[in-house]
Amino acid sequence: MEVLLALAIFVALVVFVSGPLRHRPREVEEMDAGLADLEARKQAKYAEIRDARLDHAAGKLSDEDFERQDAELRGEAVAILKQLDGVDKPAESGG
Amino acid sequence: MIALGTLCLILALATALFAAGAALYATRRTTGPSALPDRRWVDSSRRAVYAVAALLSGCVLLLEAAFVRSDFGFQLVADHSSTTTPAFYRLTAMWSSQAGSLLLWAWVLSLASSAVLFATRNRHREVVPYATAVLMGLGGFFVSLMLFASSPFVALHPAPAEGLGLNPLLRHPSMMIHPPMLYSGYVMWSIPFAFCIGALAARRLDASWIRSTRRFALIAWTLLSIGILLGARWSYTELGWGGYWGWDPVENASLMPWLAGTAFLHSIMVQERRGMLRVWNVSLIVATFSLALLGTFLVRSGVLQSIHAFGASTVGAPILALIAVVLVGSTLLIVSRLDELRSERRIDSLASRESIFLVNNLLLIGLCAVIFWGTFFPLISEALTGTRASLAAPWFDRYIAPLAIGLVLFAGIGPLLAWRRFSVAAARRIFLWPALAGAAVAAGCLTLADVRAKPLALLLFSFAGFTLAALAQEFARAARARRALDGGTLPRALLAVTARNRRRYGGYVVHAGIAVLMIGVAASSTFQTNRDIELAPGQSARVGSYDVHYVKPTVDIANEKIAFGALLEVRRGSKQFVLSPTRNYYRSQDPSQGPIGRFFQGESTSEVGLRAGIRNDFWTAVRPNIDGLNRAIRDGDRRFARASPDLQGLAIAAVAQSYLTNSPPATFRVIVNPLVSWLWIGALIALTGALIGIWPAAEARRRLTSSYAAKLGRELSRA
Amino acid sequence: MDPDRKRQIRLVVALSAAVLLAAALAYTSFSASSEARQPSQLLNANPDRSYDLTGKVAAGSVRRHGERLDFRVSDRDGSGAIPVRYQGTVPDPFREGREVVVSGHVRDGVFIGERDTLSTKCPSKFSEGKPR
Repeated sequence: MEVLLALAIFVALVVFVSGPLRHRPREVEEMDAGLADLEARKQAKYAEIRDARLDHAAGKLSDEDFERQDAELRGEAVAILKQLDGVDKPAESGG
Repeated sequence: MIALGTLCLILALATALFAAGAALYATRRTTGPSALPDRRWVDSSRRAVYAVAALLSGCVLLLEAAFVRSDFGFQLVADHSSTTTPAFYRLTAMWSSQAGSLLLWAWVLSLASSAVLFATRNRHREVVPYATAVLMGLGGFFVSLMLFASSPFVALHPAPAEGLGLNPLLRHPSMMIHPPMLYSGYVMWSIPFAFCIGALAARRLDASWIRSTRRFALIAWTLLSIGILLGARWSYTELGWGGYWGWDPVENASLMPWLAGTAFLHSIMVQERRGMLRVWNVSLIVATFSLALLGTFLVRSGVLQSIHAFGASTVGAPILALIAVVLVGSTLLIVSRLDELRSERRIDSLASRESIFLVNNLLLIGLCAVIFWGTFFPLISEALTGTRASLAAPWFDRYIAPLAIGLVLFAGIGPLLAWRRFSVAAARRIFLWPALAGAAVAAGCLTLADVRAKPLALLLFSFAGFTLAALAQEFARAARARRALDGGTLPRALLAVTARNRRRYGGYVVHAGIAVLMIGVAASSTFQTNRDIELAPGQSARVGSYDVHYVKPTVDIANEKIAFGALLEVRRGSKQFVLSPTRNYYRSQDPSQGPIGRFFQGESTSEVGLRAGIRNDFWTAVRPNIDGLNRAIRDGDRRFARASPDLQGLAIAAVAQSYLTNSPPATFRVIVNPLVSWLWIGALIALTGALIGIWPAAEARRRLTSSYAAKLGRELSRA
Repeated sequence: MDPDRKRQIRLVVALSAAVLLAAALAYTSFSASSEARQPSQLLNANPDRSYDLTGKVAAGSVRRHGERLDFRVSDRDGSGAIPVRYQGTVPDPFREGREVVVSGHVRDGVFIGERDTLSTKCPSKFSEGKPR
């Protein structure tokens, strides 16, 4: 009885794990790794812009400081968007 | 059934090794224009991880079923359970043994690995295979330990009729939840660690591995915190010394990864935003994970003198070897990628949040270093001078206190500052009210003579006041700003702000909780009243501002224990309450003792009498003097040696009852702990904050999962 | 000040702080520590130094006098014994024959234990009986 159970577990294991190796891969969209990075950087940059706006509204940044930082951040965001559109070549994974 | 368990372990080991091997093989067989690892092998290795989780879950079920039906054919069940053990403790006894806790480690690891691999099945294609290999390498290691050193599936032939039962000291709900929380906390740090190694190996050194494993790091931190707190709570309410922290090596071993992990959680925020501190971050996660393994090691080896040490060094040496491999391997990997890790960015200005995060990191690592030095000092001194010397609580307190006080201060300064650069003009406005609050607390404390004499406590209270005010101000300003933008009421604005920035405001709540917790720690350790008093029935004594009256002795006889105790009436001003501390004596299993004496020579535990309050905790434990019963016990052992169990039971009851008639004075330890409840309250607040931070935000779910075309479509439709 | 110089200064400050802390740790820990000794090693003990006495509680030696606890501790192998006088919490697993650790000083051949420093090792596999 236990031997049958053991055998069943073993067979199920082998079938399950080798599944992807036996079938042709499904046609899944190949997500470009570089694209994923840029997208992540874009999201992070949006978060920074939102944070700066919140900080300014909370009074932590003076008006001039906020204008300066906001312009800086938006410039960086635009650069990322351009890279996403393929206009520029992506920078090295340097953050 | 036992053989099936061993088989599952063997299959789990083989599958884990396959998963690691397949993942690494996939990185060699790259496909597609972007040279990604072979998808089929990656998928197969991921399925193998799921399979390992399933197999280990089967092992756990098998073992728990054996415990539930008290199958003493399993040595583990026979050693840690008995037919009289209550159901709850039978279910949780699994991890009170070494083999069981190894299984727990491996099981939680496999579940967490499955979860993270499922979540990242379409992302980080270059990093995931390496991370899989690391995770399954670890899993395989722990399964090997079970198979070759300490197996949970050892059979007993013939199966005994009765088990040894659970150590009475462990019969407390906290003690049953504390180990799995702690272990899960340790284990979960392996997820960010594995992905860090994967990122280094694959040379994808940006912050994307952090984003995917950030939640796991936070969950690890939360579980570890719960584990540590439960241990402290159990120590305070169950053990006969009335303290919650003793700088015991095993306690320290759980605190060190917590400190390093806290530093990591903060510094990754800097990396995500500014791309800085990458070398520091990878070093931190390696350190945190190594410390988590070290915590596991310390508990399982006899290398340090500790009450917790479970001995059985069969697994101590291998775990130490694993730590060495992890440290050396990670260091080599980091050094080889050093050029790519160094970032261009610099900290813009000292008055910025980034700077404060650095200071916070230094304080946390400083605390970790102090605790590390103090914990391992016996080994260090033995290596340097030949004799083992150890450091006790006073030494720890001396160094921990100032660093912790600094931490509380910066926990308030950090939230007040902005990223990148902070306007000096704004500084005065922002810091004004919190600084006033801190000064007010200081002034208030100075009026109390007790506090005047303790400058450190005074400093902590002031800083905590500053920090709490700063955090309150942050919430208030943000809510007002939100309301100015969107309208609505202030409370709704507050909720909206918190919901949209869960990490930030959850973090603020954690800071608030820590500040409150530290107030509790400072007050209860600095201003504690601690006295031993000896009282005969009817006598009274005065402790602090409390009047303690010993009303009468108590005896309570149950199936497996006899409780000798006292009824105490405690009064303070108009408040009055009753406490009944007792001392439980459990029947000993030693057959060499007489049938009557057996009941009084076994393990004994204290039932503490505790009256908790917002301002003070009144804690007491009793040590009844049962020496007067010895003569009767010896008599009974002789006369009832061959009597029936019923008759013996009556004799035991009679002997016990005699304690009531001629009871000698009993010794009471009485402790008055000011504000210690704030410790537990602060901890709950901090945990709530952590939960807020963990909770996935609606925006996060709109994650990148589809291709470029679909993304473009989405953005166009939103424009 | 240019940013590189600022960075250098910060690095120097941080490193100096770390070195100072490490030096303070090392210096005070050696003088504040107490050596672990078994009874046979305490024959020529320094009365001004604090020691951690480790060993087994000798059978039949435990006497309680009100708040004071008197007992004898012998080496793990049974040889050499020293009388101990102790006040403070006594951990739950404390029994004759168990291994204990207690900190204190030696005076006139008697080990005077420091308050609340007595701890006991529980013989069973899973032990959590701690005082201190």
